[in-house]
Amino acid sequence: MLDARGESCPIPVIMTKKLMASKEDYYEVMVDAGAPLENVTRFAESQGYKVEAEAKGGDYLLKISK
Amino acid sequence: MEKKNDKLFIIIAGLVIGVIAAALAFAGNPKNMGFCIACFLRDTAGGLGLHKAPPVQYIRPEIIGIVIGAFVAAFAKKEFGSKGGSAPMTRFVLGFFAMVGCLMFLGCPFRMILRLAGGDLNAVFGLVGFVAGIFCGIFFLKNGYSLKRTYTLTKSEGYWMVILEAVTFVLLIARPAFIAFSEEGPGSMHAAIALSLGAGLIVGVLAQRTRLCMVGGTRDLVLFKETRLMLGFIAILVAALVTNLVLGGFKLGMVEQPIAHTDGLWNALGMLLVGFACVLLGGCPLRQLVMSGEGNADSAVTVLGLIVGAAFCHNFGLASSPEGPTPAGKIAVIIGIVVVAGIGVLNTYLKADTAEPARDAA
Repeated sequence: MLDARGESCPIPVIMTKKLMASKEDYYEVMVDAGAPLENVTRFAESQGYKVEAEAKGGDYLLKISK
Repeated sequence: MEKKNDKLFIIIAGLVIGVIAAALAFAGNPKNMGFCIACFLRDTAGGLGLHKAPPVQYIRPEIIGIVIGAFVAAFAKKEFGSKGGSAPMTRFVLGFFAMVGCLMFLGCPFRMILRLAGGDLNAVFGLVGFVAGIFCGIFFLKNGYSLKRTYTLTKSEGYWMVILEAVTFVLLIARPAFIAFSEEGPGSMHAAIALSLGAGLIVGVLAQRTRLCMVGGTRDLVLFKETRLMLGFIAILVAALVTNLVLGGFKLGMVEQPIAHTDGLWNALGMLLVGFACVLLGGCPLRQLVMSGEGNADSAVTVLGLIVGAAFCHNFGLASSPEGPTPAGKIAVIIGIVVVAGIGVLNTYLKADTAEPARDAA
């Protein structure tokens, strides 16, 4: 699981992009609420993945799958 | 997430912000300066006596409105949270030099758009430098730049900027003798307090909800082919341009533009510094203000860096005037570019992990 919590914009998206270079079918990414949650979700969807966000305290676990 | 609505929302928000920003210049604010985060923080610094430049002293209610508006929006959406601890001093320095760049150009990225929308072609040089600065920042981002993560802090930490803004508002209304008010110059030109505050609140709420960011537009387009923030940027430009054309605020040219100088090289270098520093910060001055209202203590420290930078610029003659840049200002911008590049190198290539004590085994 990638933990991108607390990183400034747009680093969570860059981390996710690097992770996805391995072209697997399933990833898990932890992000903060707000901009990172939206930005990583938007990026993953633009790459043809489906994203399910699960609230974990104030943070979100994104389940990113093909 | 509904992609289309996402983009439509930021376009509408950008259009509203553009109209408000252009119209404020007709309600009393200086020309092409309905909004300017740099100028308004500088004026506020002057109002509080942090610098003694008589023409630029006024506690700007727009700034107060943006922070409070962002706070309310974040709170309502349960996004408010006390966070910080990601290289606060580095962020202070980046904020300081971002302001040095802004006051070389005479405006933050937001005012750069408004100057373009007013026909001020000097801002084209600023835009070229701004984009070049963003590319400098992107270089480091691509190579692993990070100021490391923030952490959740004690609950009260995130409220400080909101409290400070509220106190500043009381000082503006009460007008005690130690608060300075410009009698001439840009600081004396302002819309009615209620109007300025209301405009700030609306912009604060919209900017919080849309995550609007002036450096984010170019940055995300280059990095991810993501157009959303760029659409917001363009929407502000279009709406401000149309508003200026309708109200008669459009004057195409380079000479005798309001609160602007014609030194193209230094307009570009000033904004290069701004673009570069803001990418390393993760957002433009407007976005830093908004995040300070969301409880981000690092952004609050960045705003303090901007304010102290503004005070230094006027105490030491670094700020440009319509006559042009000053020699000291040019030196400060060069130093700023070197320091910001150094921060990029240090936090990309030389950021060996400091050992963190393991406190909880879980």
